[in-house]
Formats: sequence, structure tokens, C-alpha cells
Amino acid sequence: MVSSFQSGALSKLMKGGAIWGFIVLQLIFFSVAGEYLALTDTAFMDYENMLLLLKQSAPIGIIAMGMTIVMVNGNIDLSVGATFAIAAIILLDAMTWPIFAGLGDWVIPVAWLLALAVGTILGALNGFIVWKTGVDAFIVTLGAMLGYRGIVFMFNGENPTSHLNWTLVDFAEAQFLGLHTATWFLLGVTIVMWFVMTRTVHGRNAYAVGDNREAAVNAGIRVGPHMMINFAIIGFLAALSAVVFYSETGSVNPNDGQLYELWVITAVVLGGTKITGGAGNVIGTLGGVIAIQLLRKGLGHIGADTSTVNLVIGCILIAVLFLDRQLNVKGKEALKV
Amino acid sequence: MTDMPEHTGASGEGTMTEASGLTKQQVASLLAKNGILIAFALFIIVFTLANARFLSPDNVFSVVRSSAILGVMALGVTFVVVSGNLDLSVGSMMSFSTIVVLDLHDKIGPALAIPAMFAMTLCLGAIIGFLVGYLKLNSLIVTLGMLSAIHGLTLTYSGGKNMDIADKEGTWFSIFGQGEVAGIPVPILIFIALAALLGVVLSRTPFGRKVYAVGGNGTAATFSGIPRARTVFYCYLISAVCVATAGLIQASRSLGSQNTVGQGLELEVLAAVILGGASLLGGSGTIFKTVIGVLILGFIQNGLLLMGLQFYVQFVVTFVIIILAVWLDIAAKRGKLLSPIA
Amino acid sequence: MTDPVLRLEHITKTFPGVKALDDVSFSVLPGEVHALMGENGAGKSTSMKVLGGIYQPDEGAIFVEEERTVMHGPLDAKAKGIVFIHQELSLAAELTVAENIYLGELPRRSFGRVDWPTLYAKTDAILKKLKVGFNARTRVGDLSIANQQMVEIARALTVDAKAVIFDEPTASLTDAEKVVLFDVIADLQREGVGIVYISHRMEEIFKITDRITVLRDGQYVGTVETAASDEEGVTNMMIGRSLDLSRNTSHHDLGATALEVRGLSCGKLFQDVSFEVRRGEVLGFYGLVGAGRTEIAETLFGLRDPSAGDILLDGKAVRISSPQDAIAKGISLVPEDRKGQGLVLGMNLRDNMTLPQVDDLRAGPFVAEGAEIAIYDLYRDKLNIRAPGWKAEAGNLSGGNQQKIVIGKWLSMKPNVLIVDEPTRGIDVGSKSEIHKLLRRLAAQGYAVIVISSEMPEVLHVSDRIVAMYSGRVMRTFTSEEVTEDNLIQAISGLTGERAA
Repeated sequence: MVSSFQSGALSKLMKGGAIWGFIVLQLIFFSVAGEYLALTDTAFMDYENMLLLLKQSAPIGIIAMGMTIVMVNGNIDLSVGATFAIAAIILLDAMTWPIFAGLGDWVIPVAWLLALAVGTILGALNGFIVWKTGVDAFIVTLGAMLGYRGIVFMFNGENPTSHLNWTLVDFAEAQFLGLHTATWFLLGVTIVMWFVMTRTVHGRNAYAVGDNREAAVNAGIRVGPHMMINFAIIGFLAALSAVVFYSETGSVNPNDGQLYELWVITAVVLGGTKITGGAGNVIGTLGGVIAIQLLRKGLGHIGADTSTVNLVIGCILIAVLFLDRQLNVKGKEALKV
Repeated sequence: MTDMPEHTGASGEGTMTEASGLTKQQVASLLAKNGILIAFALFIIVFTLANARFLSPDNVFSVVRSSAILGVMALGVTFVVVSGNLDLSVGSMMSFSTIVVLDLHDKIGPALAIPAMFAMTLCLGAIIGFLVGYLKLNSLIVTLGMLSAIHGLTLTYSGGKNMDIADKEGTWFSIFGQGEVAGIPVPILIFIALAALLGVVLSRTPFGRKVYAVGGNGTAATFSGIPRARTVFYCYLISAVCVATAGLIQASRSLGSQNTVGQGLELEVLAAVILGGASLLGGSGTIFKTVIGVLILGFIQNGLLLMGLQFYVQFVVTFVIIILAVWLDIAAKRGKLLSPIA
Repeated sequence: MTDPVLRLEHITKTFPGVKALDDVSFSVLPGEVHALMGENGAGKSTSMKVLGGIYQPDEGAIFVEEERTVMHGPLDAKAKGIVFIHQELSLAAELTVAENIYLGELPRRSFGRVDWPTLYAKTDAILKKLKVGFNARTRVGDLSIANQQMVEIARALTVDAKAVIFDEPTASLTDAEKVVLFDVIADLQREGVGIVYISHRMEEIFKITDRITVLRDGQYVGTVETAASDEEGVTNMMIGRSLDLSRNTSHHDLGATALEVRGLSCGKLFQDVSFEVRRGEVLGFYGLVGAGRTEIAETLFGLRDPSAGDILLDGKAVRISSPQDAIAKGISLVPEDRKGQGLVLGMNLRDNMTLPQVDDLRAGPFVAEGAEIAIYDLYRDKLNIRAPGWKAEAGNLSGGNQQKIVIGKWLSMKPNVLIVDEPTRGIDVGSKSEIHKLLRRLAAQGYAVIVISSEMPEVLHVSDRIVAMYSGRVMRTFTSEEVTEDNLIQAISGLTGERAA
């Protein structure tokens, strides 16, 4: 209990804007390095490029907002990639279902709702299992990651599921006030989740449960349903992410979304959320998401391939953890355990 | 099993008389300790009744052979989990081992390639062991980061290309994956030998005892003079050796490989270890139970295939079985089926 | 005579193998401060859990204002006017003071929003009563431990309480903060609230309580008027007649100096500590929690790095860098936190007992299990450990037997210096007495023994000499002839100017 008050120095620092400093550093580095190494002549800090960056951040970013509340709550969700894929398939497949044939373009909202509902239910199912069985969220969602992926394959085997609806594509490719549809969704979700976590009773309870579960129970917070709601939220957001992304591409592979959990967790941890729960915020997470996307794009800009991105991301994640620990070292008097 | 009063909560209060109150507890702990074996036996019986071919020697062989790579990795991960940590990097580390040994095979010959690959994989294990053991960083995040980093390393190493041995017919290297001794496939022999060796190490040696102590209560282990950091470090080294062995079998079996051959295996491996009854909190689990966990996964896959179901159905079944296994395990320990969470 | 606000009547609660509460009754009158006393394990916390509805009693009933009531949990109890202030802080660091105080019942507006103005207004009103130096918007993680305790106390004032239960509320408070707390209690008293006050600190009990109820081994011993009783009488009720806590008068032949410490310091934890302990003597360390006693032990055991000073073993200066090192040099430490530091609860008794020497008990590459069992059997008999067998998990034993396992573990190392931190915390009277005798016997056998204890009778009972510590410094070293309760208390309160060399 006492230690939980002492740790989390990094999360404080991150709240203080360290992640944004990191983003600025990256921008400077890639702009300068880009002058010498870039494969193209366009500047890195190009307006269009930055807009694209935000758009590309959306799929991971939307899920990361859900992961923030789940991790602040003291849980984790490893099944988001599979939920993402299921929602994508439902979205595209539903538009071809005979029962919806007479709807015309009205099939779009129906398919959207269906995909979102499925995502929410799968998330809630995880939460329900965690609640009722008392099995750790890590194990439950680890199993769900496998199980939900199995469901993905049941639709079309190993073949991709495709359906292009041009009205939908137009919507997804639209730009409003210069920002792409996906970017608007990312910003919208960020604002809503920010509101939930800082202004609502449910959001404040998430911190209490994550920080000190027994205290929350003693204070009468119904921890089980509370956790289930958070899992439903992340399921919904995983589905929303899929809906936004696949409205544009119109084709989903059964392996899509794999390793998304890794990217999402990396973004959330980079954003200063404490791994053990109780601390973190969505603005930091947004910074984490952008930082990662910037890194991917920037490394690509200076001619590095995906392999380097993976390497760098992995190392940065560990470096952040190391930094967090160093900031929490209690000096030479500390007990050596 | 449903309504046993909480027992542990009372241990701090009053004095305990040892003789009474053990019967229900004994039943529960018997179930907790052997539930997985009982489930396994039931599973075998049901499938054998459904399909006589299920327990035929040929089929059993094929199950064990196809489980060998997963199994070898699970042996190492068992050490890590018993020590109270996680290893999510074994999948991408296995890809790395496979690619490296295939590449070096043509460059410096198999006799040198194998030790070189083991050395490189051990280096990776040592890095993780250092970060988790000595620097005391959270193993979940460290190995998640290493999953990504090693994946990147492998892609960089291979230049993104698949790796193939030039002369697939003329190399003795294939014996590890394709050879047979006395009619038994070599991968099975390696799995059995390694399981026996590591089983003895974990259950009978001072080192194994320290692994349990560190995983069971790291602070108490430190207060008993157990070098906690070094013990965790060695667990990751053992895991790396197992991963390298798995990579060797994989490379030898296919003599060519994609960069992503081990992708996703870390979760199947962890699933097998958890199915075997090891607690993610550390301090419990045995090599024998892990082998059972591996076999259960293998037989499920096989049984469902024999029933004509697609491979992905096993994903769903595995999901259900993992949750059920862990649920019943903790339910038996707490004496209540449903969790007390309000 | 007024009716009690709260009454427990003939409460019995049994766990498998343990009768935690056996026919316990007591009542709290409005405006009364009622102390609940007893040793660790006497049943205080179980009675509170029954009162809070965490456990349901097997027999007996709870009455609130003479109305028979069934408690369904802490929240239900709170709704019925029974409020608990826990010793262990149950706060969320990331949230504000206001959010913590109203945790679980934050005022709401539309869309599930928190009603901040109402929340802060209500909280500030409560904080004003407590005269604290922080406001409703302060993040709890930024408060000192003592202020966090005040937040915990503030929680009790959010409802119209009929009875408030304080569980060791002063454990982390400074004297000034205690004054505020006692003022709060006095205010509550005036409003007719009944107070249950659980504490080990006799001086507080006699200062603020009206009646004292004592429990022992889960049984109700009796209730006395505070004004009509004294510390000795209450102590006797608590420990019963079976525990001999007479002052130590025996002395054994002293051997050579086994351990000498000169000017040892560890940052802010303790400074300039010097003492020596000879074979054949028990050196007691007495002081308040936080005086630095445990930290000295941990430093001697290689768990902390000293910032200055020398450690001499058998006259030779040594550097102890790790527990392995300490063990190799013949130092053993029975730590204060039995469950957290002493035992691997999920491990069997044999493995726990031989853990420090598992590297030495080999048959070839394997652990020599026969030798291990022999060691277990030996110390089971020597220490009279009552357990189903070595295969039992340590977590399933009673506190006393657990402690004997830990002691056996370290005795089997045949140490030159045995350090025992809080030897009898939370164990039953029978085991206590056995462990006291054992400590004396060990000294007689020529061990150099250091005993750290927070219980004065225990220190006086087992020690040949006593080191009194205050705030990280040795104030004075007493021989058992010159020590009195008064001069010992003075020394550990920092009231004496005298400093021993």
C-alpha cells in the first residue's frame, strides 16, 4: 500500500508532458535526419504528412483509449486484436446478407451497429468471466485472444472477407475541416473517454478500483460490474476502430489485428499509465499513440524498414520501464529485496 | 465444493487445531492438485470412445511429434512462470533461432551453426534475465517489448526474406527434425529427454527449490539468503536454451523458414503451462504437469481434426478449456465456485 | 440508564479448526469511549469483521440501538450508522481527498457526472472540523501518511454515525495530530456517538476511554471501568495468568564478544549506533515503531548498506553485503513479518526450514531429502512444533507454529549471532511462553542472541541488557539490574539526555 504511493513517478512526469517532449524531439530528429537520409524530397513536417499521421494513428489510438481505462482499472485486455478482426468481418459480411438486401445504403448503419454490438458483447463477455470466475484478466483475455481469433476463421476460413460499399468508402475518405474521418473519430473518442475518466463517477471509481481494490469494495463500489463495463467499453472501441478502418479498405484478412494488443499496450504504457493500475490518463495515451505512429513514419521517412521500427519500439518500451524504475529508486538506504 | 467457509482468512486468529476440518479441504485440494489429470483422462476416454483411432500408436506418435516444438518451449517457460514471471518473447525468439541457424548452416556449416545459434539465443535470454532479474523490471512489459524487438532483429538479420538451406538433400542437419532412432522420431526423443532433465532440475535440485521459493515469496526468499536476481536470471537462460532447441527442431524439420515461424507461439506455450496448473503468481507448477498441458493441447487439436473439424475450432475449444482449468483450480483453492467479487 | 447504541451478544464464530470467537459480548453506550483490548489473535479483528458484516456469526446477534440487526457488509453497516476507521490505509492515491472521503457515494449529476461543487463543499465542511492543513482538492498521494490517516478519519464524519470504530488510529500520528484526533473523538462523544477504540497503547487507553473490554484467545474475559483499573490489571486480563512475564534475573556465563557494532549509520534510518553482544547473553532492543531497530537488524543481515561505521564479528571487522554473506558469517535473522519475510506460505514445512542451506544439503547434484527431513524432525521435536507432518504447507499452520518453523530454520544454521525481530508478534500465549523460554535457553547454550521487541514486558523478561532507541539513535544501554519501566520509557521517548557509548 505504502509503495503504491511512492511509485508512479514516471506517470507524474508523463502527466507533466514528458511524452509531448518526446514527440517534439522525434519531430526535430526526423526533420533533420530526413534532410540527409530521406528517400523522397518532401519534408517530414509536411502538413499533409502530419494529417496522414493522425489518420494512421486512429486504429490503434481508438483501442488505446479503451485500454487506458481497463489498465487504470488494474486489468489488461489481450483480446482486442481478435475483437477488432471479428467486428471487421461482421461489418463487411453483414452488408452482403440477404435479409438486409432491401435496405439499400441503409445497410451501412445497420452493419455498423451490428459490428459495434458484437464488439461490445465480446468485451463484456471477457469482463463477465473475470467478474464471476475470479480468473485473472490476463489469463481470460489471453484465452479470448485465441478463442475470438478462432471465431474469425469460422466465417471464411483462411480467405479474406471483402465488400466495398462506395458510399461507405466516400464517407471514410472524407475530410472535414481538413481532418480525415478516422481522425475525427480518434479525437471524438479521446474527448469522450477524457470526460468519462475525469468527470464521471464511473471514471473516478476506475482509479479507486485500480489503486486499492479492497478499499473500493469496502466503500461499496460494485467492482465486478464496474470491471465488466470497462471491458465492454474496450470491446466497443475495438469494434469502432475496425468499423472506421474497414469502411475504407473494404477487405479483411483473418489475421488482421494480430499484435494490435502489443501496440496498444505500448502506447498506453508510453503515455504514463501505471502497469499495476490506479494511474494514467487518456491525454497521455494520445501522446503515446502519436509518438509510436511518429516513430513508425519517421523511421520509414529516413529509409528504415518495418524491422527497425519493431526493434526500436521494443527497446523504447523497455527503456521507459527502466526510466520509471530509476525515478523511483529510494536511495542507498533502501532494503535490498 | 460450493459453500465452504473461508479458511485462510482465519489463520491469523486464534489457535489452529490440525486434526479437524480437513476432509472438505482435502477433497478440494485433491481436486485442485489433480483436476487437470482427471480432466485429461476424461477427455481421452471420450475421444477414444468416439473414435477408436484416437489412441492408436500412430496417432499418439503424431500428436507428440507435432507438440514437440511447443512442448520444448513450454518446459523453459515453466521455469520462468514458477519463478513468478512471464515470458511472452519465446515465439519471436524461436523465429530468430530458426532463421539464424538456417542462415549460418550454409555459411559456416551445421556443426558450427548450431552452437553459434545457441550462443546468440542465450544472449537474448541473458538480456531478458538481466532486465527482469537484476533490474527488477516488470516481466510482462519487458518480454512484450522483447517480442517486438527480437522480431525486428530477425527481420533485419534476414533482410525480410525467407531463409532456405541450399542443399536440402545432402545435409545431416535434418536429423533433429526428421530423423528417427529405434523408430521414434528425434523431436519426440529430444522433448522427452529435455523434459526428464528439466523435470529433475526443477523438482530435485537446490536450484529448483530456489525457483519455487523465489516465485512463492520473493521477499522471504531474499530473507533466507536466496539470490533472487540470479535465480530469475537463470530461469530466463533455461528458457532461452529451450527456445533455441525448439528453433533447431523447427529449422531441421523444414530446412527453410519464414521470419514469422514462431509468431503467436508464446501464447500457446503459456496456455499449455497454465493448463498444466502453474499459477501466474509463481511458486507452483511442475514440468510433469506442463507436459500434460502440452499433450492436452496437442490431443485437443488432434481430436478435433479427427472429428473433421477445422483447425480454428481448436482455438475456441482451447479458450474454453484454459478458462475452465484455471477457474476450477482457483475455485477449489477458495472453496467457492463463483468469485467473491461483488 | 441509557440503552447502548451498539451491543454484541454471545457472538460465536468458528472457522475450520479454529474457534475464532467464543461467546463474546460487549456493549457501547452513547457518548462512551469503549476500549477493546487483547493481544494479536485474541479476536479483536474477527469481532470487528463480524460487526462489519464481513463474517456472519455462527451464534449470537448484533443490536443497534437495541434493535436486532444483521449486517450485510461494511457499506450496510455504515448505512446503519456503524462506521469503521481502519488501521491500514484504504485510500486511492490518484484521487483527491474529497473523492476518497466520499468513495463509493460520490454525488452525481446527469450523465453520471460527479457533482464537484457539492462534493467539495461537503468535504471542506468536514475538513474544517478536523483542522487539517490540506483541502478537498488535494491529491491523496501527495499527503503524508499521517494526513492520509486523517482522511481516513474524515470518512467517519460523512454519515450520521451511531457508533464509530477506531482500529489503532494513532499508529502513524504525531503527538500534535493525536491531540486533534482526541478532540474529534471528544466532539463525537458530545454528540452522543458511541466509540469503540482498539489500541495497544495503554497511556491512550487510560487517557480517553471510559470502559475497557478484554478478549483473550477468542474469549470474552471481562469489562472494567477504566477509572477503576490500572495497566497491570488490564495486562493480566489480556495475557491471563499462564504467561510468566517476570523480570529476568538469571544470568549465564558470558563468553567472548560475538558481535560488536561501532558507530553504525544508515542514512536517515539510524545514526551512530554502537553496541556489543557476547555469547551467552540476550541483548534486547526496545523503542517505538520507526526508532530504527528493525533497520539495524536488516543492515547486520546484509539487506541494507550502512553509510558509516564498523561491524566486528569475533573481533574482526567485516563487510556484510548480502544475506548470503551474513549467513556465511554466522548471522541469522528471524524477521518481524513472519508471513511476508519469514515463510514461503505455499511451500511445505521441510522446504521452508532448510531453505537457507539448500545448497549445502546435497547428494550429488540433488537435494538430500533425507537429510532435510532429519533436520525438520530434529527441530520439530526441539521446538515442539505441532503440525500434521512436513508435507503440510506453512500457510496452514497457526501463528505460533509458523514462528517456530522460522526459528527452527535459523537455529539449524547454527549461527554465531541470532537476531530475532518481534519474536512473539501475533501468536498465542502458550507459544509465546515457549519462545521466551527458548530464547533464554539459547543464551544458556552459548548463543549470542539479539531480541527486538515492541512489548516492554517481553524485553524485560528475556533480556540480560537492553538497548533503548529513539529516532534512530541509541539513547542508553541498560543492564537488567538498573532498568526500570520508568527509565526505559523515558529513554525511548527521547527524554533522557544520557547517551551510552
